[in-house]
Amino acid sequence: METDMVTNSRAEVLRRVRAATGGTSDGAAAWIGWNGIAREYRRKGTRERKKVLALLEDRLRDYDGRVVRVTSEGVGQSVAEILAERGVRRMVVPVGLPVGWLPVSWMPPSAGGVEFVVDEGLSSHELDGVDGVMTGATLAIAETGTFVLQSVAGQGRRATTLVPDYHLCVVKAEDVVETVPEAMERLQEMAGLATTFVSGPSATADIEMTRIKGVHGPRFLDVILIV
Amino acid sequence: MSRGGLDPKTAPTFPMAAKAMLGDAQLRKNVRHATDVIQGKRARVVGEMPDWQELREAGKQIRRHTMEYLDFYLEEFEANCTRAGGVVHWARDAEEARRIVVELVKASGSDEVIKIKSMTTEEIQLNPALEAAGIHPYETDLAELIIQLGEDRPSHIVVPALHKNRQEIREIFQREMNLPELGDRPQDLADAARMFLREKFLRVKTAVSGANFLIAETGGVCVVESEGNGRMCLTLPETLITIAGIDKVLPRFQDLEVMLQLLPRSATGERMNPYNSIWTGVDAASADDGLRDGPGVFHVVLMDNARTEILADEEGRQTLNCIRCGACQNACPVYRQTGGHAYGSVYAGPIGAILTPQLQEMHHAQSLPYASSLCGACYEVCPVKINIPEVLIHLRNKVVKQNTAGVAGLFDVEAGAMKAMAMIFRSERRFRATQRLGRMAERPLVRKDERGQGWIGWLPGLLGGWTQARDLEEMPKETFRDWWERRGRDGN
Repeated sequence: METDMVTNSRAEVLRRVRAATGGTSDGAAAWIGWNGIAREYRRKGTRERKKVLALLEDRLRDYDGRVVRVTSEGVGQSVAEILAERGVRRMVVPVGLPVGWLPVSWMPPSAGGVEFVVDEGLSSHELDGVDGVMTGATLAIAETGTFVLQSVAGQGRRATTLVPDYHLCVVKAEDVVETVPEAMERLQEMAGLATTFVSGPSATADIEMTRIKGVHGPRFLDVILIV
Repeated sequence: MSRGGLDPKTAPTFPMAAKAMLGDAQLRKNVRHATDVIQGKRARVVGEMPDWQELREAGKQIRRHTMEYLDFYLEEFEANCTRAGGVVHWARDAEEARRIVVELVKASGSDEVIKIKSMTTEEIQLNPALEAAGIHPYETDLAELIIQLGEDRPSHIVVPALHKNRQEIREIFQREMNLPELGDRPQDLADAARMFLREKFLRVKTAVSGANFLIAETGGVCVVESEGNGRMCLTLPETLITIAGIDKVLPRFQDLEVMLQLLPRSATGERMNPYNSIWTGVDAASADDGLRDGPGVFHVVLMDNARTEILADEEGRQTLNCIRCGACQNACPVYRQTGGHAYGSVYAGPIGAILTPQLQEMHHAQSLPYASSLCGACYEVCPVKINIPEVLIHLRNKVVKQNTAGVAGLFDVEAGAMKAMAMIFRSERRFRATQRLGRMAERPLVRKDERGQGWIGWLPGLLGGWTQARDLEEMPKETFRDWWERRGRDGN
């Protein structure tokens, strides 16, 4: 009975759709039709490399993210400085984060250093108890000031970059694209992974259309750009 | 206002509701301010895009193509979502959709749910149905929280509490969150919401969401948001139930490259909103090792609820292309005066004026296609180029045909008057006779002003609608044709 009902609803909705569009669609016709869609918008960026990176920085700052540029050897040092400045005490990191990104001269928490915890399955409550999270990113989009996170090594589970109040994201210059279409092209192969586009700290415009930084996601965001 | 409100079946007609709203100076001020700000932001970030028109055209073509092959893409989505561990349900109408969601929540073993803002759940009045089943829904979007705690109704697709200003929001939060000391800076109010909801995010095990896009090619779902409340609901609970209209499908992952450019710039005037989430079924990793990313149980309810009726109407079909950005509302001179509640539907403004009556299969909300001056501002800002004025006229036509069909039509005064007008306009002789008759008939109604210009302040019967809010100038002593003919005779 229950199953009948479910099957019937499915059949009925599809029947109505087909009655409305004039019959059952052909897959090949759909394929041809989709390929015929006019895509005359920009599919590739036109700026030179230096300007693309500058654009990303500008757009990140415009939405209240902070950005620092470092060379790949300087990441650990930069992380140490930023965390000290932010005053965070406990940081969670995903499995697979490059070791070279962790601070070089590390002090134990008992001596006032930052404590690092690897997310090997922290509960939501445990995540709520850490000050911040540090991850890499799959790519960044200059034109929109966005970085894209996926559930892969070095970036981790979605909850990890959501519950703590501070996010430090490390982006490599070679992973920066200029436009949204270039980003989607790179993401296509891994389209099935849980994916999050992050553009600035959590925000809302629900009160008088004023952008207010920080509601439920991380309220503070720093980006280290490795050039 | 009751929380169950905004039912097009019982709402007053637009002119009646609008009149009441026009008397609320605070509401008009709030709506004017918010729509001004959002329009300015939109204009700036749209202006940054040299290929905006090309993106709009692609957006339109993608949506039109999707509707043409909708059965194919729905089945493709179902197959791919199922393969990834999701469970797909189908609902013919709102009643069935509510029943499915209530049963799924009960099966999840929870008597409360956290909710992402979803116009689809507003459309089907899901919250009262959950409450009737003993399930408490917590709205987690800031605006929806304001609406829920204030027992109010949404007035805008993207910013549902846009009709409230910060002082009004503070009063609601002070009262409902028991925070007598709360300030009225937007930051204070956002912090209060963060405190209030965090405990619920960490505790509640079942979430309900809508969807911005369903991706047929991958079986993935995309939700676009700002605050992170969406991510909380999509990520932390054990069970996630997503409800989406069948119109939300996109053929391929790549199509997001168009939609994710059009939607944020049109909706909130941002280059990209803070968070877009895309997920596909459930994560294969086991919950035991603690590394599973997101809920272990995921349901999608694909709902028709009269969308196929719209699909069947060749001229009305483009209504389904809507991606719910709300740009048409902000641009509409009618919406900007009345706000959203006058439309008697969760879908207000120009898109609501065409969507609502069609979702009611033209049985209700018949006054909405007339709630427009046909100025075309909505069409100009629509990111997927829905020709709203064209659909408005098409629906007015339907309303007239419906109301004048059969015997009743023979006694319809307005239809009779329109027929008489048509007869008059068809003959020059009759047209001139009518003008002469009009000049005679108006005489007792005309009052001269200090400059000797005649005005009519009152007209009888149906015509009185015109003079309710303005005076009508008297007919000229001489028509253009009379003047032209006289000029020819006098030779000057």
